[in-house]
Amino acid sequence: MKSIERPDDFATRRQRLQAMSDEELHAYFWSLAEKIVAPLIEEARTHTTPSIERSVLLRMGFSSIEAGRLVEGMTACGLLGHGAGRLVLELAKTKGVSVREAGTALLEGRHWEELLL
Amino acid sequence: MKLSPDQKLDVLEILNDLEHYRPRRKGWTWRKPVEDQPIGPFVYNDTSEGLKHSIPLPSAHAFGDIDPQCNCVITTEIASGRFEDDLRRMRMAAWHGADHIMVIRTTGQSHFDGLIEGTPEGVGGIPITRKQVRATRKALDAIEDEVGRPINFHSYVSGLAGPEMAVLFAEEGVNGTHQDPQYNVLYRDINMHRSFVDAAEAKKILADAGILQLDGAHNANATAKEAWKVTPELFIQHAVNTAYSRAAGMPPELIALSTVPPTAPPAPKIRLDLPYAVALRELFQGYRMRAQQNTRYMESDTMEATITHVLDTLISRLTSADIQSTITPDEGRNIPWHYNNVAGVNTARQTLMGLDGLMAMIELKQEGPLRDQVRELKERAVLFLEEILENGGYYAAVEAGQFVDSGYYPERRGDGIVRDPEGGDGAGTVVPRLPDYGAPVCSHFGHSVYAGAENKPCADYGGCTLCDPAKIQYIDETDPVDNVSTRLQRPLAERAAGLLRPEVEKHGDGIVCVTLFVPERPEIAEEVALELARHMGLQNPEVISRRLMHPAEGSVFEVKGILDMAIEIAQLPIHGQEVPLSDGEIEAFVRPREIHIVAATVGEDEHSVGIHEILDIKHGGIEKYGFHCHYLGTSVPLERVLDVAQETGASAVLISTIVTHADVHKHHMQHLQELARERGLREGLILVAGGTQVTDEMARACGLDAGFGRGTTGRDVASFLVRRLREAGR
Repeated sequence: MKSIERPDDFATRRQRLQAMSDEELHAYFWSLAEKIVAPLIEEARTHTTPSIERSVLLRMGFSSIEAGRLVEGMTACGLLGHGAGRLVLELAKTKGVSVREAGTALLEGRHWEELLL
Repeated sequence: MKLSPDQKLDVLEILNDLEHYRPRRKGWTWRKPVEDQPIGPFVYNDTSEGLKHSIPLPSAHAFGDIDPQCNCVITTEIASGRFEDDLRRMRMAAWHGADHIMVIRTTGQSHFDGLIEGTPEGVGGIPITRKQVRATRKALDAIEDEVGRPINFHSYVSGLAGPEMAVLFAEEGVNGTHQDPQYNVLYRDINMHRSFVDAAEAKKILADAGILQLDGAHNANATAKEAWKVTPELFIQHAVNTAYSRAAGMPPELIALSTVPPTAPPAPKIRLDLPYAVALRELFQGYRMRAQQNTRYMESDTMEATITHVLDTLISRLTSADIQSTITPDEGRNIPWHYNNVAGVNTARQTLMGLDGLMAMIELKQEGPLRDQVRELKERAVLFLEEILENGGYYAAVEAGQFVDSGYYPERRGDGIVRDPEGGDGAGTVVPRLPDYGAPVCSHFGHSVYAGAENKPCADYGGCTLCDPAKIQYIDETDPVDNVSTRLQRPLAERAAGLLRPEVEKHGDGIVCVTLFVPERPEIAEEVALELARHMGLQNPEVISRRLMHPAEGSVFEVKGILDMAIEIAQLPIHGQEVPLSDGEIEAFVRPREIHIVAATVGEDEHSVGIHEILDIKHGGIEKYGFHCHYLGTSVPLERVLDVAQETGASAVLISTIVTHADVHKHHMQHLQELARERGLREGLILVAGGTQVTDEMARACGLDAGFGRGTTGRDVASFLVRRLREAGR
């Protein structure tokens, strides 16, 4: 897709900005920037990704290889929206085992059907 | 682990027990500024605490070997492909004043969906893995102890594995990082939703670990067709990442703008770049400035690059810089060579020392073209932001090609980068969080059922790795061949055998560079240069720099090639070389002692240039230390030299003997010591000969105390005399 072409019409466009003081211009600049990022940060607040979920499992004491396999499995089961960390922690609580033991069991192919039941 | 300045870095010791190595601190460290600091003969305005060990600038010997350290952090970027070789380069750079070591990632790591483990070799950088990061941090911990200043370790949190990389960095004590989702979107074609969602999590982790974040705006400058026209957009890239970082919970003191003066001479650099630098610092007050040097207009000429980088650093001083980054002068011709990291660092520190106190004497005009251009740039930037919102927001604006257009905004030439918000690497991988979504860990961003509770989110299972590092899972190696142990076999064997090869990048790579001027038109001259390099025994010779001196008179070439040979240290006829005493030490001994020296060119010999170089104050000769020199002229008989020595009570005699026909120089030397002995003067008189064909070995064989050949300086001779007089208790 080709984007638009336009001559440098700065002289015209700037007219409505010229009355602003430097301070006002700075404040306007930042208010626009904040408006631009608002929907982006809202999406981040309410969504997750395989990398985020792997990073959660890393923090819970799994290796990168283990985290990768667990997230892959959870994605395949459509479970990632619950959070990989939550799936493992809740399984550990249900089974009365440690988080690592719960994760290791999943890596061995066990208990997948019990996740969040 | 403790380093000793006379011992090489022991990579095996670094690798030993790495599994249990923990970083001793987290987060970024600034230098400690000292106002009005007396150092040597000067008082400095803009310096910081000094170093325990360092290598001063070359001219420092004239000022008592002082090594003042500027008040901003100095960066060097390291990209050899092998971390074990990077470590030595880091140590050399630290000794020259670098305290921000930026490790470039291997080509393609951004598109790797996950972390890499082990120690595989990289291209144009290293694969950032836990083992390589940990080994590097361990080495840097030892290096910072050696130089006496904290060293910030830095790499990249971008690509498809940003949050994981951020966790790795927080766990392993990495101090600074690049994190800017726009870089993924514009330059890597990684899906926008994925990039921004990942970025918020990564930024939260970095913020909690105190890791300093640099943005990626400098890349727009490096890729723009006409870099000075991309300036309005640069404000926007900085603003999007800054506002997004703030929204993700990052405090302003951890947000640094990566800014680079856009142009290089012959463009009117300061006139174009200064207004931009001023406008940026005004709009982004309260944020840190990482001043980068220009790469956009670098050619293969290292001198030209250096001058541009001096001007870049001048702009830093005319405005402000918390971090002065450096670019190696050879980046325009090859992957940087290690000694050029040192060259780049020295360009910055030499410039900054030379500019010390500048802003206490001058100020930028508040009226006239500078202010007009500053205002214009800000207005152009505001118009850019307005159009993003008019387009329907950031994603839509990228889709409409608003970014990296070559026009001077609001001019648009229709050649901006266009990305599909639903396309790119990692498209379709962003998942909505369900109402019961949870992430039971610290430093997590956004909705989670574990957030907001009284206890930490990780309390249910005894703490996450950020609270309890013992839980970190360490993977040593994943590839039995492509790993550091395999790569170290040859270097370690060669070191054990005492073999040495030249190198510029990796251990013993054999690469050397020769400079050749060939007096012919360029096409022929270049062929001749390459052929000459082959005759020198260089394999795969390649011209890495060519500079026309005149279309017909000739060109100068720098040719690199591989010198495939090793020198066995044990077979070398090594003569003990003494390091000369410092000027201050020599003068402190000589001044109070009234030491007389008699000097002459002896025999039938009219040469006087050499002896003047050694004696005269205007050539930096020994007079300057306070020796009383009695120079008797040329063709002086030895008898007369000793007469004057007796009359003046001289401590030393210096004879110059240039003519060597029939070994007459040796005869003069022997005869001098015989005469001195006959007269009973030998015990109290130091006898020294100098000349183009004289060697120390030869002079001693002739019964003298020392001989000095070509390239000798007054300091060498004075240093010898002082040492000998000291030994004699004089």
